[in-house]
Parts: sequence; C-alpha cells; structure tokens
Amino acid sequence: MSIIIDNRTMVIIQGITGNEGMFHTRQMREYGTKISAGVTPGKGGQEFESIPIFNTMKEAVAASGANASAIFVPPPYAADAILEAVEAGIKTIICLTEGIPTLDMVLVKRYMKDKDAVLIGPNSPGIISPGKCKIGVMAGYIHKEGRVGIISRSGTLTYEVVHQLTGQGIGQSTCVGIGGDPIIGLRYVDLLRMFEEDEETNAIVMIGEIGGSAEEDAARYFQKCMKKPVVSFIAGVTAPIGRRMGHAGAIVDGRVGDASIKIRALEDAGIIVVKNPAEIGHTVKSVLAG
Amino acid sequence: MKIHEYQAKELLKGYNIPVSKGRVAETVEEAVSAANVMGPFPFVVKAQVHAGGRGKSGGIRRVNNTSELRATASEMLGKRLVTPQTGIEGIPIDRILVEEALDIVKEVYAGITIDRSKACATLLMSPEGGIEIESVAAASPEKIFVETIDPCIGLRGFQVGRICYRLELDQSFLNKASDIIMNLYQLFMEKDCSLAEINPLVTTERGELIALDAKITFDDNALFRHPDVSVLRDYRQENSLEVEASKYNLNYIKLKGNVGCMVNGAGLAMATMDLIKYVGAEPANFLDVGGGATSRMITEGIRILLSDKEVKVIFINIFGGILRCDTLATGLVDAARAFGITMPVVVRLEGTNVEKGRAILETSGFRFAIAEGMGQAALLVAEEISQLNQG
Repeated sequence: MSIIIDNRTMVIIQGITGNEGMFHTRQMREYGTKISAGVTPGKGGQEFESIPIFNTMKEAVAASGANASAIFVPPPYAADAILEAVEAGIKTIICLTEGIPTLDMVLVKRYMKDKDAVLIGPNSPGIISPGKCKIGVMAGYIHKEGRVGIISRSGTLTYEVVHQLTGQGIGQSTCVGIGGDPIIGLRYVDLLRMFEEDEETNAIVMIGEIGGSAEEDAARYFQKCMKKPVVSFIAGVTAPIGRRMGHAGAIVDGRVGDASIKIRALEDAGIIVVKNPAEIGHTVKSVLAG
Repeated sequence: MKIHEYQAKELLKGYNIPVSKGRVAETVEEAVSAANVMGPFPFVVKAQVHAGGRGKSGGIRRVNNTSELRATASEMLGKRLVTPQTGIEGIPIDRILVEEALDIVKEVYAGITIDRSKACATLLMSPEGGIEIESVAAASPEKIFVETIDPCIGLRGFQVGRICYRLELDQSFLNKASDIIMNLYQLFMEKDCSLAEINPLVTTERGELIALDAKITFDDNALFRHPDVSVLRDYRQENSLEVEASKYNLNYIKLKGNVGCMVNGAGLAMATMDLIKYVGAEPANFLDVGGGATSRMITEGIRILLSDKEVKVIFINIFGGILRCDTLATGLVDAARAFGITMPVVVRLEGTNVEKGRAILETSGFRFAIAEGMGQAALLVAEEISQLNQG
C-alpha cells in the first residue's frame, strides 16, 4: 500500500501543452504513471503523444474517468485551475506551479473546506509512490519501493534524503512534497495521520524548514496521536531574520518560524531531530533497526 | 516587497486614512523648505529606510528650530542607518520625512496579515501601540486582540466594532477607528499585501485619530497584477549583489561567513548552509540557482560569489534533476577560466548525468575537490577553512 496515489491513479495534466507540462508528462508516463487526458483551453480535440487534449476539466473527466490531476499552469491562472479541478470532481489535485498569489490561495482553501478533494501544493515537487505512480517533477530513478514515508516542504532537499535512504537500502512507501508556499493544501498533520494509518509504512521522515508553525502543529499531533517513529530535519538554522529564503513560505518573522523553536518543539514531543543533514539516512536506518 | 514609510502613508491617504502631515526631502535645503511650508516648529525628522528599530537607533529625531533641522538632516542624509534589524553595514538614508510633531494622548496598534494555519487574513489590534507587536506578544499576549477574516464575507463591521471596544480608546474615537480599519482591510485586499500595519495609530489633544507610522509589505507573487505597486520598489535599500543576482533569476542572500555556497533548490541551499555551520565554518551566502539553471546562470552565480570579498572557499552542492550535472560542470569550468579562480572549490554532484559532470571537472585542468556525498564535502570545506586559519 501507499498513501494518496497508487497503481489505480489516473491522471489529467492541466497545462499539458506548456514546456513544463510536456516535459514532465513524458517523464511521468515513462515512470509508469497512467495519464489519461490533458487540458489546455483552446487546444481541445488535439493530442499530445496520443494523449487526448480537452478544453475544460469537465470534458476531460467525463471522457477519461480520471481521479487525479497535475497542474502545470502559470501562476496567474493556477488558482483557477485548482478550482476547476475540484468542481469537476477530481479527488486528488497536485499543484506544481510556483508563484501563486497568497490571496488566491486563501479563496481556494475556503472553497475546498467542505469538499472531499485533497490538494498537494502549490509550489510542490509532487508526490511519488515508488514503483506505482509518480505525479511530479522528481527524478523517478532515485526512489526505491519500501516502507518509509517522506513529507517535505522542499524539492531537492527531499531528493537528497531519498538518495540517502535508497543508498542505505531503505525504500519509500510514498514521498510527498507539500510545497514551499505560506498557504498550502495538505499539511504535515494530515499526512502524518495518513502514514500512521497506512499498514505498509513503518516510519516517517519529516523535512521542515523555517517559516510558519506547521512543524510545531505536527509535533503536537505526533505526541497525541502517533505510534510510528518520526525522524525530522529542519532547514534554516543559519537563516537570517526577515529574509525570504527562496520559498515564499520560508521566512522568520519576529520569532515565528525560527528553526531552533521548531527543533525544540519536535524534540519535546519525542520526534528524533537530525542536526546534520548528511546523517538523515543513517539515522533512519538505526531507528528502523532499533 | 517592502516600501518606505512615506510611500505607505501616501497609500493610506488614498484609502481615506488620516496620516500625520509631512514632506519628503532628499537634501538639507528641501528639508528646510518643507518645514517652512508646513508651519511652526517643532518637527520630527524620520530616516526613510526599509528597517524597523529606527527610533532607538537615532533614525527618528525631534527638531525645535531650523538650525537643529539642518544639523539633523545633514547628519542623516547620505549616511547609513544601523538598527538591530539591518546588520552592522546598515542601509542608506537617501530620504528623510519631515513631519509635524503631534501631541499624542494614546497609541494603539492595528495590523492585518495572513494567518497561515487558518489560511486567511487576520486583523490584530492592541492598546499597546508604538512598540513592536512581537514584543507585546512576548510580554503581554493578553493585550493582543485577533479577528479572523472569512474570505467569503470579508471583514465585517461587528468584528471591527468588537475589537475597537477593547482598545481603551475614548468613545468619541470608535467610529473613526472602525472606518480606518475597514479602509486598511480594503487596501490589504486590493493591493495583495502580506502586511498592512499602522503602529502607532494615535489620538491627539486636538481630538484626531492619525496613523503616525505605517509599514506595508506586498506579496511578491502578486506583483504582476500591481504595476502601480512594483514601481515603489527602492533597489538602493537592497544589497547590490542580491539585486544583481535577481537579474539572472538567481536567488542570492548575503550572510557574514567566508564559505561561498551555490546550491540548486531553496531547501537544499538552507540545509547546505546549516551543514557548513555544523562542521564549524560559516556560510557567506545563500545562493539558489533553481531547478532549471543554464551554464550561463552558473557562471554568473560564481561571479557574484566571487564579488563578495569575504569568500575564501567555494562549496557547490548540486542534486541534478532538470539541472543536469554536465551543465553545472560546464558553467563552473567556464567561470574558473573567465575569473581565474585560485581559491579552493569543493564540488558535490549527484543526479542526472553525474558521471559526465565529474569527467568535465576532472579533465578541466583546474583543481576541484570532488566529494562523495554532502557530508564528505562539508568536511573538505572545514579542512580548507582550518588550513586558512592556521596559514
């Protein structure tokens, strides 16, 4: 098993004819992801490498029976793309777009409040259940099927962690990039719950960073509700106050978002926090052995 | 994106929020004539910089006559202001704001920002105005009142009323205060702010309610739909290397150490800085070349790293995906040739085309230290630094 996506996941690519959309559609299909349709307004009726293209999500869902979508739409239109996917009945939406205005996401989150769809991202590298399905921009080959779940706010740092795990012979059940923006869909707490319930996940690696207080929420949730071990790393111990470190969400504002506060909260809750980012793989190995 | 106080006040005025009377000056003479136009002394002279903590750092001063004004203006203009928020190098004072000195009765705080965990805008107010809201939050959190704003219905009158009753203001100010908050909310939403703060909002002897200081920051992601806001950006308040880097789509932030680092991806870049610190060295910068960097961007990134004279060792940590390792290697060798790099360069490459990338570095004729894994790379960096310190 895995969480959120598996070999029954069927995907629509929103923005399939853009450069990113085309490139990653090919990569995902090569990995084995089932891609059943694409959407680009104005290009309905065409095909991209034998994948049918539709003008609207409604048509694409009706024709393909897909249950997931991946959004490669430019920032000014991305919020609209998420809303269109929800409205068309898609249950799993992965938004890769970076640079969506925060107030657009405020409305999206409000609209999704009473819907049963889940959103991953925006500004996410995507999600992969190794050997089953990949919806995102990560390199598939570094992953290995296994029993460790990964949750992270960043892209390449996640690849680094996956690489360390795979190097130790440790496979992954599902790796989720929740996105580097201040307002995102699924958060650590939601995913910790899913991994806790997933019979084929034995341990979880949670990669956090400065900004906001989602890691502190995760610490509270862990203490209250979890039995599986969680290993964590928090990036940005050396980040200066008041500077946005690449991700729109990675900023220490006053005392909110400070790495040392997050680390203390996690450790107090009983989560193992790795200080040296080169040691994450080793640490997980010893946790699984112990 | 940050703007100056005087720009924030112009925006507030456009939304019918009363602000203290003042004029901006770029020279001493302009300051003097501003005072002459506005009427009798005293005035308050305020350095216009993108940083808080001005009051305690000599950036806000009261002047009682023209000679004091001249002295203060010439002391500030063209100098750099150092506050607890700026770092030791400070930031340049190109403009000052000459303002009327008000007879203040009471100071309160009003701010609208985004609550990430609730995923909506939120209104914060406090009867403790004039000091940083973080200090109030630390010292007396019970003095901060919060109204969460549902985006479906926006900020409602009952919420503003409810919060204003708790500000310990004289009854006669309540309607005015409500109007100001509603207008501030409208500004926040229409201009895609990430923070719209009036601190302090003051009552005066004359019975006015006035925004005495204001801080507005904007969501960088939304600037594309606000050309009127984008033009308010003052590049002189930002580090020149950082501005230079942004021209090449590089994300660079100057820090204090001597290990220059170049990484792809913001999370890995932060982790690399942390690792440098963990092995006992100090990072000189954050530099994220992004997912799809070209060899040109790599070369420019190296140039920017080298323009920081503190840098003694370079650490390159790339996990190739879309950015292929051979692209990185080519850019790096080009840079080494163009700039005649003599300092040690530690390179850690992983991911797409890693073998090709390593081959390019190994046959380049330059002495790159190629590491296996980021742990080993960090140890090599630490070794180079300790040799420097001994030599």
